[in-house]
Amino acid sequence: MDERRKGTAPLDEARLRQRAIGVKLRQMFDEVVNEPVPDEFLDILRRADNKTGER
Amino acid sequence: MAADRDDAAAPLEGAARDKVFQGELVKLIPHLRAFARTLTGDATQADDLAQDAMIKAWDARASFQLGTNMKAWTFMILRNQFYSDKRRSWRSTQLDQEAAERTLVAIDDPGSPLALDELRLAMAMLPYEQREALILVGAGGFAYEEAADICGCAVGTVKSRVSRARKALQGILETGSYDRDGREAGDAMRSILADAERLSAIR
Repeated sequence: MDERRKGTAPLDEARLRQRAIGVKLRQMFDEVVNEPVPDEFLDILRRADNKTGER
Repeated sequence: MAADRDDAAAPLEGAARDKVFQGELVKLIPHLRAFARTLTGDATQADDLAQDAMIKAWDARASFQLGTNMKAWTFMILRNQFYSDKRRSWRSTQLDQEAAERTLVAIDDPGSPLALDELRLAMAMLPYEQREALILVGAGGFAYEEAADICGCAVGTVKSRVSRARKALQGILETGSYDRDGREAGDAMRSILADAERLSAIR
């Protein structure tokens, strides 16, 4: 296939854009994954754990 | 104790099992937060949702089979919680509007690149089903089959939702038709392309 053919250019461009959106989406997600977990989460889990232990 | 020597092979029970479960659950918290944040588009609402999901998972730990896909299981709990919260709240559309407005304010944050916020705004315009499918497959690292299990729908449905979401996002970003004024159409797509290029150059 001749990639330089005019007809394929918009498709490649669309693919490039889709890839770029994919990269940004993962970045958006990973940014939160890499945030430190607020203490609140572990506190809640610890309280739930203690409750189980008392049973 | 000598009698405990084989306990690696024996099924875990009681407190020992709980401990293993909790360790795994703690490791998943960052992912649950990310799923909730990208799904709701609002940090505060997202952490409430992630905490609810975490507690639900902990309460249901006896029904989880250790060694199976706990990430998929907790993500399913989170999205079910999300939809049941939405059903309960008749003000849901209004809340989404408020969330979108808070996002607009957050654009001043110097630490977050512009294009991410544009994407966030564009994501907020997608129907929830499309949004969740795209997040699971495009960012969460799930296969289509796993995403279908999480969403409780057919694999083909997930595929079509993801594809529609991608098309819609591209359209929104290219025309600049997200809920934001004062910026020229096409800027968002340009900055996303530039950022992606920069990122792949680094990798």
